[in-house]
Amino acid sequence: MPYFVQGQESKWEVVLGLEVHAQINTLSKLFSPSSTNYGAEPNSQVNLIDAGMPGALPVINEECVKQAVITGLGLNAKINLKSIFDRKNYFYPDLPQGYQISQFENPIVGSGHLVIETENGTKKIGITRLHLEQDAGKSIHDQDFENSFIDLNRSGCALMEIVSEPDLRSPTEASLYIKKLRSILRYLGSCDGNMEKGNLRADVNVSVRQFDAELGTRCEIKNVNSIKFIQQAIEYEARRQVKLIESGKLVEQQTRLFDSQKGETRAMRSKEESHDYRYFPDPDLPPLILEKKIIEELKIQLPELPDKKKIRFMETYGIKKYDAEILVSEREVADYFEKLVFDRDPKMVLSWLTVELFSYLNKKNLDNPQSVISVEKFGELLDLIKDGTLSNRLAKELFVEFIESNISAPELVKKKGMVQISDENEISNMIEIVLNQNQKMLEEYRSGKDKLFGFFVGQVMKISNGKANPQMVNTLLIKQLKK
Amino acid sequence: MTNLSDLTISQAKELLLNRSISSVELTKFFFEKISKFKNLNCFITETFDQALKMSKRSDEKYKLKKDIGLMEGIPIGMKDLFCTNQIKTTAGSKILENFIPFYESTVSNNLWEEGAVLLGKTNLDEFAMGSANTTSFFGNVVNPWKSKNDIDKELVPGGSSGGSASAVAAHLCLAATGSDTGGSIRQPASFCGLVGMKPTYGRCSRFGMIAFASSLDQAGPITKDVLDSSIMLKSMCSYDQKDSTSSKMEIPDFPKTVKLGVKGIKVGIPNEYIVDGLNANINDNWLKAIEWLKSEGAEIIEINLPHTKSALPTYYILAPAEASANLARYDGIRFGARERGKNLDEVYKNTRASGFGNEVKRRIMIGTYVLSAGYYDAYYLKALKVRKLISEDFSRAFEKCDCILTPTTPGVAFGIGEKQDDPLEMYLNDVLTVPASLAGLPAISVPSGLNDEGLPIGLQIISKPFDEETCFRAAFVIEQISNFNKLKN
Repeated sequence: MPYFVQGQESKWEVVLGLEVHAQINTLSKLFSPSSTNYGAEPNSQVNLIDAGMPGALPVINEECVKQAVITGLGLNAKINLKSIFDRKNYFYPDLPQGYQISQFENPIVGSGHLVIETENGTKKIGITRLHLEQDAGKSIHDQDFENSFIDLNRSGCALMEIVSEPDLRSPTEASLYIKKLRSILRYLGSCDGNMEKGNLRADVNVSVRQFDAELGTRCEIKNVNSIKFIQQAIEYEARRQVKLIESGKLVEQQTRLFDSQKGETRAMRSKEESHDYRYFPDPDLPPLILEKKIIEELKIQLPELPDKKKIRFMETYGIKKYDAEILVSEREVADYFEKLVFDRDPKMVLSWLTVELFSYLNKKNLDNPQSVISVEKFGELLDLIKDGTLSNRLAKELFVEFIESNISAPELVKKKGMVQISDENEISNMIEIVLNQNQKMLEEYRSGKDKLFGFFVGQVMKISNGKANPQMVNTLLIKQLKK
Repeated sequence: MTNLSDLTISQAKELLLNRSISSVELTKFFFEKISKFKNLNCFITETFDQALKMSKRSDEKYKLKKDIGLMEGIPIGMKDLFCTNQIKTTAGSKILENFIPFYESTVSNNLWEEGAVLLGKTNLDEFAMGSANTTSFFGNVVNPWKSKNDIDKELVPGGSSGGSASAVAAHLCLAATGSDTGGSIRQPASFCGLVGMKPTYGRCSRFGMIAFASSLDQAGPITKDVLDSSIMLKSMCSYDQKDSTSSKMEIPDFPKTVKLGVKGIKVGIPNEYIVDGLNANINDNWLKAIEWLKSEGAEIIEINLPHTKSALPTYYILAPAEASANLARYDGIRFGARERGKNLDEVYKNTRASGFGNEVKRRIMIGTYVLSAGYYDAYYLKALKVRKLISEDFSRAFEKCDCILTPTTPGVAFGIGEKQDDPLEMYLNDVLTVPASLAGLPAISVPSGLNDEGLPIGLQIISKPFDEETCFRAAFVIEQISNFNKLKN
């Protein structure tokens, strides 16, 4: 069922396009050797270029170019062998040169696409382009009653602006798109995808239309910096536009801001007020020429990306699409899984990883499994469960303590006296005791209430303090009940 | 004892090398001259303390006969467009009236590496925008040359490197740097009877040179003769990682080739340079020079540069367009003059209204206009296309000839205050120099005679990209045969 906004009279389709700004994961800025380190003392990472000093000149950071090409390749996009840097002119205190160096008509990367998994199946989302540009500095207005402050540490940092086609049709699709894009960027290493630090942020273009009608007038919501906010902003904005149209008004082309406190979008400026950026080729920078050979080399070096990995995981390990999707969304998780699953049962590894370890990671707000437990340590635990030394249930009970301690699985089992009871006589004795103590239940069972089998199992486990091997309890119980 | 006033760089170097004079003596001599000729208004900032230190260091080197640079101990003027570390750099503008850079331009740094001594920062048209040095916030510069017919009339030195040209012509320094966007080295050199060289775009680093129009700006020397020009250019050029448009082409030993003559060199004469308003004396001088070169064995070839007439309008679209962006950084926020305002927009408006002069404002407005939505294609984009055609004109011409001989300017130095009311008339000064700028070609202006009023005339030699040597060789022949250095006394 496609997503729609229910108006008073009809259903409205939402059409979305995203412009994502991704800060390139490099040590130095796009045109200056200053550090890009986050959180440094204000204005401590500023070069002549970043401060727009007279006579300062930009020099392209080749690492940024390489990362943009890699990203383009990861998005199945056309890499342009010749691209041009333009000046985008506007005045703002945190824009020291009075223009931003960006790419306008000739971006470094042309059209490409990525694929998202929606409820209704696989959907291809077009990428219009990817271009390189400088980030601006930061204006700070809340430090002083009379003065504003400017921090130029971010000024000149390298951004990739990745523009999607208006192919998205719901807040969920927008969220899937940005998650997928983030995942690809993180696989490629070109952006850390950290939305809290603002290293990944999106401008969202929203319009509404009656199904299959022509595209409506769009509004652009600027700089939304979390997936949740993106969804909220779209929902609010789509409803706002529907209301306007249904009340006989027109949607005005606008740039809007999302107020996350109130959950609303607000007009920032209309089309008439929009800047004339007077783009023109930056005469300080010759056209950026790429060699085909280098692109081919980078193509070969590309890591296996989530889509391919997912299919391989499904085929190699016989796991479901849904599970594979979860495993591959983060490269660290996928790598961790592959190490852990080696020589082990994929179903068991999958369950322990995605249920037990993931819930721990979620609780701790972490995302790299390797950071909490090594593959080796985890593997030993799984092996003890597999060979029957430790019951699944006990292992689950002790899991958090196990992660947080620095002892190995065999040591833990020993220390806790948790070795599973797998002695046939011992278990038979326990069953004997349980059956003796519950004569009434036994009679009822024998008169046909099969369901009581579980009750007996539970009782045996209870008196064994959970240490009895459950499989053995089952087999022996069946045997003894038949007596 | 030699008259120190008349010295060239090469002569001074000889005296310094045989230790018949010290750099300190030479430097102090120029202190006196500068102080005596303050009325010419050549310098915005004098750096005598710095000069003494530098000349002492040079004398030390001469004494030890070690590490003697190409410009060792030579006192020069530095156009106040080049950022000099800890020394005020104004670009002739109020908005940078008190701007002290904490970095050094590559060109000035190269000169210090070669031992040059900084006497001071020379006056210029504001942000190098002007052809008469009348737009400087620090006042106009006066040309030391006078018309025979009107000895009291003060003449312009040309612009924008007017302070540099006037200072060299008045012997206030041995040479000076200039920068040339559309003729700002060649035109003042021609007005002041000097040699002005604009090398190929990319020869000199633009790092630390305050930008006017980035795709055109090139540094170059203003000197008393051609040999000096070759020495000083050699000292100024370098490949520079800090300038993405800087060239990696090998830098030849220019002074070595200056005197090789023009035998067998094909000199192109473009019909299109016989422009309206070309002064008859200058035209005659041009014709004479053609004969001189012929007599020295050059082959004279008529050539066509059909798009010449479009060069000036093209230039006056592209240069202001680039300038409008280059000058956006002067906003009063981080450095330079700042005016107060009730809000941010007012701060910008007040700062830029009071910080920039009229010519700069005019060009910012022209540049903003030609880049605006709806006008970009009609002006800026079209100008880019014409620029290409102009370049192609030269490429075709250079299939037939090695260099091109033209006058540098249509007229000679004019009176201060003339041509001020009509910017277009002022812009016509550049009509013969802008084509080579647009094509990024090396071009030299060499003094070649005097007009009826006894004012200097300059001829321009344009050559192929990175072939400054042919410019120097042809200019040297003209310098010798015109006997300009005798004429001027």
